[in-house]
Amino acid sequence: MGIEVVVEGLTKSFGKQNIWQDVSLTLPAGEVSVMLGPSGTGKTVFLKSIIGLLKPEKGRVLINGVDMVNSPERDIMETRKLFGLMFQDGALFGSMSLFDNIAFPLREHTRKKESEIRRIVMERIDVVGLLGAEGKLPGEISGGMRKRAGLARALVLDPQIILCDEPDSGLDPVRTAYLSQLLIDLNAQIDATMLIVTHNLDIAATVPDNMGMLFCRNLVTFGPREVLLTSDMPVVSQFLAGRREGPIGMSEEKDAATLAAEQTSGNGWGHAAPRTVVPQLEPSPGMPVRQAALRRRERVVSMMGQLPEAARTAIMNSYTPTLGGGRR
Amino acid sequence: MTAPPPVRPPAEPATEKATGTPGRKPPSRLLAPLRQTGQLFALALAVARAIFRRPFQVREFIEQFWFVASVTILPAALVSIPFGAVIALQVGSLTEQLGAQSFTGGASVLAVIQQASPLIVALLIAGAAGSAICADLGSRKIREELDAMEVMGVSPVQRLVVPRVLATMFVAVLLNGLVSVVGTLGGYFFNVIMQGGTPGAYLASFSALAQLPDLYVGELKALIFGFIAGIVAAYRGLNPRGGPKGVGDAVNQSVVITFMLLFAVNMVLTAIYLQIVPPKGG
Repeated sequence: MGIEVVVEGLTKSFGKQNIWQDVSLTLPAGEVSVMLGPSGTGKTVFLKSIIGLLKPEKGRVLINGVDMVNSPERDIMETRKLFGLMFQDGALFGSMSLFDNIAFPLREHTRKKESEIRRIVMERIDVVGLLGAEGKLPGEISGGMRKRAGLARALVLDPQIILCDEPDSGLDPVRTAYLSQLLIDLNAQIDATMLIVTHNLDIAATVPDNMGMLFCRNLVTFGPREVLLTSDMPVVSQFLAGRREGPIGMSEEKDAATLAAEQTSGNGWGHAAPRTVVPQLEPSPGMPVRQAALRRRERVVSMMGQLPEAARTAIMNSYTPTLGGGRR
Repeated sequence: MTAPPPVRPPAEPATEKATGTPGRKPPSRLLAPLRQTGQLFALALAVARAIFRRPFQVREFIEQFWFVASVTILPAALVSIPFGAVIALQVGSLTEQLGAQSFTGGASVLAVIQQASPLIVALLIAGAAGSAICADLGSRKIREELDAMEVMGVSPVQRLVVPRVLATMFVAVLLNGLVSVVGTLGGYFFNVIMQGGTPGAYLASFSALAQLPDLYVGELKALIFGFIAGIVAAYRGLNPRGGPKGVGDAVNQSVVITFMLLFAVNMVLTAIYLQIVPPKGG
């Protein structure tokens, strides 16, 4: 079972520019979470802060009792072995072949025999669909392949926590769908805690158990997927609908005057038809049952009272087999 | 769907709200050089500690050693011949005016072994190997390879920087031997052939003035200079400022900084050496 990640009051600035402040959330053990947000709201920074690559000024990130912000470097290094991080562009070692790249964590951290390393690596290469390309250098393959190789490398040590930085960027819709399914299957198999940072709406709607959104230097919300998917907050509904009308502008925020003009001009926002909640992806046939889904069910039912009405209805629907199935 | 008229957000980003980190004063600009210096020293310490941490990266070390050696051996040999010759000619002409021509050998050998040789070695290592190391680490940094490595629980300092610094140190020591020999031979050749000195006087003054500690200090200097060249190159490579252009600048700076540090450290080492080791001729 995965490990719970607790983030408390995290604040990060670069020089004078504040990226986000006072972000607090808990990634429940073994569940899949998605962090949404318009480009440039510090999603990647958030990911890197969780793993301790960037040091926020305030707050804590607790994993197994280790604070990834303030603990001694030695503890952080040790804790990082629990992580698999998939970088936005793969971040493969340019001087090594794909095989050596994916074998790198095994060679560094385990004393496995070369034959066993070969077996594990080829298995992972097969999972991400790169068989036949293992001898190539990262410079010789496409961006999408680099990304998948990066995922294979993140998976090779059987991590307890998997962080994915925009797994969809540079992939076509079909590959994105396959990748979504792959992430869910992985979660069913190894029961790792997963955090996916993305602005892809398909992934956001179908993959996660929990969703959060960063906007305007703050965590807008974080909770079960239904809460965000049914939310009528202007920022969330604008983002999920991909509209221009709303608080999100081309630059990070619109100024107040534009906003007011927009609201009075009639094409107001917030009146969109209520969104329906697409059912979550299930593991492929033959995969084990997702333990996380069972745990989540208990957790969500116990917090039902605190959720907004729309979210409650959506959750009820999704957990009623007769209604949950074919609704679109 | 009625298409609403496009509402463009304002071209200017909303004015930065005064949300800057509260209670934090931006550090003074005057302190910036001190911070850089401190980080350089911190890296040097981290490297010194990581040298003794297992597992030692043997493969990387051998590869880097070979690389550093292969780019510096030939230029070092080629530079040291004329350098030895220049010193021999200069010292020879001076001692001739003073009437102490028989000491030419000793004087030029001391100059080559103690000063010229470690400096030539260090300049070549900084220029040829240090720049390559800096560019290599810098491009890895901006491609996020180093971040990826750190995420996998592997310290880039131990995995990449330590083998490189050790390689520059040991190549510097070995190369110093080569340059000392070639430089001395060059000096001998020019003194005996061009200036009509006698081989016997050259060798005799050699053993009258020079002593073994001169060689030791030359090697020690080479070791320290190699360390400095490696550390500075690694430091600038690990901290490039913004993108590919930053890597180019970092390479440039690493060479310049190393050169300046070399001459300063050389002065200190020479002063200390002259104080604590009594001259033989005395």
